[in-house]
Order: sequence, then structure tokens, then C-alpha cells
Amino acid sequence: MFGFVPASHAADSLGTLPALLAFSTEPLAHLRLLDLFIIGIYFAMVIWIGFYLKGRSNTGEEFFMAGREMTAWIAGLSFVSANLGSLELMGWAGSAYQYGILATHWYWIGAIPAMIFLGLVMMPFYYVCKTHSVPGYLDLRYGGGARTVAAISFATEMILMSGVNMFAMAVVMKVVLGWDITFSIFVSSIAVAVYVGLGGLRSAIFNEVLQFVLIWGGALLVPILGMIQAGGIGGLKSKIIANMHSDSYFHMWRDTGHFAANPMGVHWTGIVFGLGFVISFGYWTTDFLVVQRVLAAHNLRAARMAPIIGSFFKMATPFIVILPGLLGLVLLQNPDGSRRQLVGEDVVAACTVSPASGRIENSAACSAEMATTTLPAAYQQKVLSGAPGAELHSYNQALPLMMVRYLGPGLLGLGITALIAGFMSGMAGNVSAFSTVWTYDIYRPLINKHGSDSHYVLVGRLSILIGVAVSIGAAYLVMHAHGIMDYVQALFSIFVAPLLATILFGMFWKRATTMAGFLGLLLGIVFSASLFMWVKLVPAALADVALSPDAKPMAENVYRALWAFLFASIVIFVVSLLTKAKPVAELDGLVYGATVLPVEAPVPFYKNEYTWAIVVVVIFAALNIIFW
Amino acid sequence: MHGSGVSIWFFIGVILLTYGLMITGYGVYEWQTASYPPLVQLTQLHTPVWWGSVLGLLGLFYVVKFRPGRAVS
Repeated sequence: MFGFVPASHAADSLGTLPALLAFSTEPLAHLRLLDLFIIGIYFAMVIWIGFYLKGRSNTGEEFFMAGREMTAWIAGLSFVSANLGSLELMGWAGSAYQYGILATHWYWIGAIPAMIFLGLVMMPFYYVCKTHSVPGYLDLRYGGGARTVAAISFATEMILMSGVNMFAMAVVMKVVLGWDITFSIFVSSIAVAVYVGLGGLRSAIFNEVLQFVLIWGGALLVPILGMIQAGGIGGLKSKIIANMHSDSYFHMWRDTGHFAANPMGVHWTGIVFGLGFVISFGYWTTDFLVVQRVLAAHNLRAARMAPIIGSFFKMATPFIVILPGLLGLVLLQNPDGSRRQLVGEDVVAACTVSPASGRIENSAACSAEMATTTLPAAYQQKVLSGAPGAELHSYNQALPLMMVRYLGPGLLGLGITALIAGFMSGMAGNVSAFSTVWTYDIYRPLINKHGSDSHYVLVGRLSILIGVAVSIGAAYLVMHAHGIMDYVQALFSIFVAPLLATILFGMFWKRATTMAGFLGLLLGIVFSASLFMWVKLVPAALADVALSPDAKPMAENVYRALWAFLFASIVIFVVSLLTKAKPVAELDGLVYGATVLPVEAPVPFYKNEYTWAIVVVVIFAALNIIFW
Repeated sequence: MHGSGVSIWFFIGVILLTYGLMITGYGVYEWQTASYPPLVQLTQLHTPVWWGSVLGLLGLFYVVKFRPGRAVS
């Protein structure tokens, strides 16, 4: 996935990526031999790690759960890295270019409270019951019905998302570097299949930590050099105000009192309840892709500390994502020295240049699309006449353009490695989580209940290969039917809200029953999918879903999730009251109030998870006040 | 990580050290020959030299601290 913020959040800005395939232009960057060496060394390293760890992935516990021996730091970094995909980096840099600092909500309120809640409140239950997966927890709590619904929906989502990300990565590599689509898809997917297939979750986690370091090492220079050139934060602010004639680019909350008052078209209630609660808690506390990393921790304290450690890095991520987008607003230049204005992918695609004639294929369509932008009229004429250097670039290219601006040979290779690492960490997260859920929550209970441990490890390895093969198929499917991308990207937002309701009721209400869990999850998914299809078929319905005629598509996800959560909650509550609950004795280790949690050995305050959680909360509050 | 032989931090150290040496080396060459890439901004800051050095030193620290066979406290 695009990481999280999860892919679906970035869908609005990235859903039109395939349109870029139609746009014939020179690649943004040309790599030199040194850059290719740097990228080659990265691939050699990830494969080496896979081979090195092969001997330590022989049992199910080792292959699927990394032996449950990760430290808090490794689990925490892997936890955020599995989510730090390149499409997220580029998509949110583009969103920052469009919407300003408002995009930071998806990193702060859209992540931090949920991560703290996972660490301090939910992790003990996941960890104590020794489940292999989130559907596995549902199995213990509600029985096989809820588990099967969750497992099938999750496995489907993972494998399709992996394919979509694979394709999107290949498009980016084509646009940025001119690489062939098939080459990018096969090289990256084979590398991921090799290192995850050999070393299992341990290899995925090791590589995610490596990828995390490389992402920061490759991307951090852009905001540093950009800030130097912009004259610091003061210079950046004054330049943006001068260029955009608005200071709303620096306010996260001030303009969210009405849908029409901010460029994103969102209201603070949607941000707080839809994004900050349902989507964020759904993703960070119930999506097995990320929870799996924390379950691999070597003890309960490490499992609780891991999300808290991860939250520090999540809070810092806007520095390498949002800031480059803002800097791009004032620093990117056309070849003639004028300010370069980025546009939407639909505009770029409408202005496709014919490779044969070198001119715009459909001038009327291009002109009409450009008329919807703020591009200066003179520049529009230059584009239409095919003047040298008069190119159009999309919002999603803000980060690569900034990289090309500051990174010369060697450093550019490192930056491109960072993007590739981001793609691969997300893809590895998808296939490793898919493998575990397929083996333990679908194959074992439904197909072969009595296999040996080594048999299930073999099934896990094969499922990685098959999963990657299906992902490649999905990638080509998307390439030939772009419309499918919207539906695949919607899967996360359709599943997440009912799943969150089912797990929260299961974990914190002893009265929630087996039938309630099953029906709440199933009907919640049906309800959520129906809302999605309603807006898809009748776009005007967005105003009803988001409760405002001024709402924009970005608001749909958060409000749809909110209604689906409430619907599933009502179903679970009502059905629970009408059906017989399990005896409390059967809920030990699964439900708050029915579980005696293990007493952790006392540690100095600076090693205590509550201390660091307080520090996170204070920084989180301060950042929101500073950028109010 | 416990009980799995070579630490992940050693692998990270190796790759950072390698990258650091390559990038710093190129940066020094670039500085000496003044052969800066034409479209890249702020070349006067000699970014490959100092950023490559930072990566290399960080990598060296991890390689030494987490080298195989050394007990990590």
C-alpha cells in the first residue's frame, strides 16, 4: 500500500497516475553509472539479507512471526516503514503542494493517537492471546465466521493493493527515469519474492528497517537544501504568501470550520472523527499489515513500546514529505526562470504530445483543461505551441522534481534508491501479511486442518510466490483497465471501519457475541461498499454522505468510514443483546475486564512506555497548536 | 534483535559505509575538477562531500558497534 497514511487516503491524488502513461515526454532524470551502482548495491543487499536469514526461518513461528524476538526499536521502525511507501511520499508531497500544511493531518491526528492507543491499550490483548494475526484474534473472540470474513477480505485487499502499487511504481519509474514498465514490475517483484520467500517475516522486517534508513538518508537532503535556498521558515512563508496571496497554506485547523473555507473541502468534524478516529484507528490498530510487525516483538513491553517509538518517526515524516511539497511551491522553476506551476494528472494527460509530430495531440482538450488551472495565459500558449521547455508536470512529481533540482550524481542514485526502497517495503508488507493470513486463517482452518508445522511453512513460502504472481497479474490488469484502480484503492476504506467496530466491541465489551461479531463485520462491509457504489454511480450523493454540498471527494472517505463504523456498531450492539454471550471464563486474554494482564517488571522511568507516550502526546499537541 | 546472529544494524552500517565512501569520493572529485552537474542547484555547498561523510561515519559506527561476534549490551 502507499503506506499510511494508507493508500486509500492518497487515492484522490494518485488514482489518475495511469493517465501519465499516455503522456510522452523526456524522463525527469538521467542516472549516471554511480547512481546505477548505488541502486544495484541496494538490490544486492536485500537479496543477501534474504539468503542470510533463510536458515532462521524453518518453523512457523520463525517464518510467520519472526520468532517473536524483535526489539522494540526494530519492531517500531518496521511498523512505520511498512507504511512509508513511495507513493505516499510522492502523493503527499503533491498534496502539500496543492493544499499546504493541511495535508499534515494524515500524519499527525491521522496516526499518532491511534498508535498510542495501540501501544498502551490494545497491544496487551493481541500479545497475551498469542494470536498469529488480526483475523486470528477474531477467531478466538468471535469464532470462525468473523475470522473467515476478515481473512478473505484482508487477503484479497493485500494482493490487489500489492498489484496496484507495483503498477504505480512502474509508472513512476517510467516517468521519472524512463524505465520500461515490465522491467520495473518484474525486477522489484522478484526481489521482494526472493527475500520474503527465503527469510519470511524476519527478512521483511530486517529489510524494512534498512529501507527506513535509506528513505530518510535519500529524502532528507531535499528539505534541508530547500530550506537553505528558501531562506528558512520565514523566507518560505513570505514567498508562499507573495506567490499564493494566502496564508492558509500554513494553517492546519483555522480554516476547517466550513467545507468551502479550505482547498481540501474537508470539515474539522470529518478530520477528527472520520480520519482521526475511524480510519486512523482502523488502520493502525486493526490492519494486520502493520500490527504483524508489533506482534513480532520479543516481550509485552517491547510490543507496547514499538508503536510509541514509531509515532516519533511518524510525527517527523512531514519533514521529508510535506515540507518538500511546500518548498516546491516557491522554488521550482521553468527553464526560463519563471515559477513552475504543477497541475493535476488529468491536465498533463490531456496535453499528450505526439511522439511523431512533437506537438499536442488534442489542442482543444488541452486548452480546455489548462483553462481550469492557474497557469499564466502566456505559458498555456507556449505549451500549446510546443515551445521548447514548456512542459507540464503533475503535483505528484513535486518530490522527484525537487530531487532532480538538488541531487547530483550519487545523491540522485540515493534518492531514487529511497523511492524504490519505499515501494519494496510496502510490497513486502503486503505479501508477508498475505502469506500469514492465507496460511493460518484460510488454508489451515478451511482446507487442511492437520498439516505439520513444516507443511504450513511450505504453504507460506508458496503463497508468497503465488501472491506475487497474482499481484503481477493485477498490475497488468490495472494497466489495461485503469478504472479498476479506483475500486481496488477503495477496498481499504470499505473494510476498515466495520473491522474496527468489530474488534473494539470484541476487546472492550464482554457482552459482544459470536453472531454479533460475524454480522457486524459482514453487514458493515456490505453497508460501506454500498455507500461507495452509491457515490460512484451518483456523484451528487457525495453531498449526502459528507453532509454538505461543498464537500469534495477527499471528504467522502472519512465520512463513509464514520457511517460504516456507526452502522456496524449498531448491528453488533443490537445483535449482542438478542443473542447469548460467551461465559466470561472463555474471554480470558481477549477482553478488557475478563483478562488478568501480566505484571511487567519495573523499569526506570526513561524506559517506561507511559513516559514516552506522554512525551509523544505533548509534542503532538504542541505541533497542532503551533501550526493551528 | 535477539538470537539471530548478525544484527540488522550491521547490515545497515555496511550499506551506509559503502554509500558514504562512494558519494564522498565522487564529491571530492567533483570539487577538485569543478565538474558540477549543470542543472543542480547549490553545488557551491558541496553536498556530496558532507552528506556522504555523514552517511559514511554513521555506517562506520554501526559496522564497528554491531560487527559479528561482538556482544552488544
